Amino acid sequence: MNLSELPKGGQAIVVSVRNSRELDPIAHRMRELGFVVDAPVKILARGLFKDSPLVVRVGNTRFALRKKEAERIQIKEVI
Amino acid sequence: MSRTPNQVHRVALVGNPNCGKTALFNLLTGSKQKVANYAGVTVERKEGYCRINEDLSFQVLDLPGAYSLSATSPDEAVTRDVLQGIYKGEAQPELIVCVIDATNLRLHLRFVLELADLGRPMIIALNMMDSARKQNIHIDTIGLTKALGIPILETIATQRDGAANLLAQLAQQHWPTPAHSNNLNIEARYEHVNTLMARYVSQNSTHKHRGFDDQLDGILLHPITGLIVLSFILFFMFQAVFSWAAPLMDGITAGVNLFGNLVTAPIPVESALYSLVNDGIIAGLGNVLIFLPQILILFLFILFLEESGYLPRAAYLMDRIMFRAGLTGRAFIPLLSSFACAVPGIMATRSIQDPRDRLTTILVAPLMTCSARLPVYTLLISAFIPRQQVAGLFNLQGLVLFTLYIAGILSALVVAFSMKWVKRDKSEHAFLMELPAYRIPKVRDLGIGLLHRSNIFLKRVGGIIFSLTVLLWAFCTFPSAPADYMGAAIDYSIAGRLGHMMSVIFEPIGFNWQICIALIPGMAAREVAVSALATVYAMSGSNEMVNQQLTELIAQQWTLPTALSLLAWFVFAPQCISTLAVIRRETNSWRVMGFATFYLFALAYLASFLVFQLSTSLLS
Repeated sequence: MNLSELPKGGQAIVVSVRNSRELDPIAHRMRELGFVVDAPVKILARGLFKDSPLVVRVGNTRFALRKKEAERIQIKEVI
Repeated sequence: MSRTPNQVHRVALVGNPNCGKTALFNLLTGSKQKVANYAGVTVERKEGYCRINEDLSFQVLDLPGAYSLSATSPDEAVTRDVLQGIYKGEAQPELIVCVIDATNLRLHLRFVLELADLGRPMIIALNMMDSARKQNIHIDTIGLTKALGIPILETIATQRDGAANLLAQLAQQHWPTPAHSNNLNIEARYEHVNTLMARYVSQNSTHKHRGFDDQLDGILLHPITGLIVLSFILFFMFQAVFSWAAPLMDGITAGVNLFGNLVTAPIPVESALYSLVNDGIIAGLGNVLIFLPQILILFLFILFLEESGYLPRAAYLMDRIMFRAGLTGRAFIPLLSSFACAVPGIMATRSIQDPRDRLTTILVAPLMTCSARLPVYTLLISAFIPRQQVAGLFNLQGLVLFTLYIAGILSALVVAFSMKWVKRDKSEHAFLMELPAYRIPKVRDLGIGLLHRSNIFLKRVGGIIFSLTVLLWAFCTFPSAPADYMGAAIDYSIAGRLGHMMSVIFEPIGFNWQICIALIPGMAAREVAVSALATVYAMSGSNEMVNQQLTELIAQQWTLPTALSLLAWFVFAPQCISTLAVIRRETNSWRVMGFATFYLFALAYLASFLVFQLSTSLLS
């Protein structure tokens, strides 16, 4: 699954960040910001709509992401 | 390194956004800062001077915040190029001071490792140590210093003596070059970071501090309560802008008038010199200063929201709706500020990293109904729109005013949307924004920030506004009318002749020649059009009397379609050289300014044409 499918409060571990095309600068930036293999993530806030941006914590940092950006992040859920 | 007297070294502060770098810069340099732009771009360049002792001082460059040297914004590109010594006109810094947030080490250490591979002399300022202690984060700085091969100094930028360690280290002039990390890719670098974190950083007990931030975010980022709080903040902000700025603006007008009277006292009233000083220079000065109260108050709020960490949260809340219109959540506050005045609104777009999003925001900001439009709207509405109830609920005059506001907003959405469409820009604009920890803003940082804004406005924008106002005065005065001419003197001037010529073009939208002439001095500011109309209709007396007389006069002389057409004109027309000057300044481009002027006038003409023709055919 990807990060955009995780509900509010949901926790997971990053598996990979997929490039949406060749040389995807946004995916590259997300890896630099800490979305790397085994990084723990938690959804802190979600909007009312399916396409609203979401807030995620990775490491000790909070980021706001649009759905399209969150879809790049492949995760496995922690139960 | 041998010590020669009066050594000045160049150091650069580098760090991730939100690491407290600017606060540290303020602490090191005080208010002795030079703010300008980097050559050729609109990225802010801040430099200050830090004196250690009689023999040694530092020229401190506060580089734009960056997450990485693989730049994704003009800000980050400047940081990358200056550090590598390839930015034209910038000397490579002799020493890098990398500022990192002690509570956010995982992210910031990665950047340290990336900078280390530059192979330049470097020291680390481990900032926000007070917050780290509160969160029970223990950092073995000695171990970490050994592992990285460069000194690490603990700093608390928000305390008066919080940079003592750093200053002592700078004074020693011992600046080693860090060990090469030999990390080949991002994953390897993060593994390196994880090793360092495991060895030298520990956090006992749970995160109490983070708990507070999370609870606050639970309310402020919630789709419903978050929006309620946001609207309360904005409501308060606007109340303050209008209720605090009005007396200050009156005071400035009175002060400028008083000053004008003093200066012009020895000059004969009918002379050209009197007119130049009074209507040209003093009026130009007034035009520049009158914006200051609104700019300062708006920026006080924007800086407060920024420093407290709330601004990116507001951008998050508004992003969905702004994105659908072809904008970004970050454009929300600048556009909102433009309802008071487009000048600070456009200046605030510097917080938008993506250059394309920033340009779109700048171009639509003049469409927000600014406070200078109100005198024009009220004059026309009170003259032409009857005071009557609609559906037993609404006041027709109020309804018209509301429609004018909505027309501005809707057209901004349409323009933003069609710009995206015209550019066929299918590539994704990144949103991806860090939400920093909440902080209580420091008075010093707010003060220095305000000082910068007013400096930029007075020096860079003020000059253009001032010279254009004087130029406009010349257009409206020369050639002067013969002494026995009975009408308004402006008829004879270039502006008057232009107005008469323009009336051919403006006939299809219902403007008579009097309106056309008034529109020319009205370029100085929208509300000037009202007094210019009074001049053209050659009236004199106090402001209130003129307004009253003018209301009656135009109600008799103009048709309703003409009035509606003029209202529509003012929704769009860029009748404000200050806005145009700030667009030129903030985009560093005459072309963009020219485009903005052209498209806004074109829209204004089109809207007025439609309104005039439709209402004429409906009423006949």
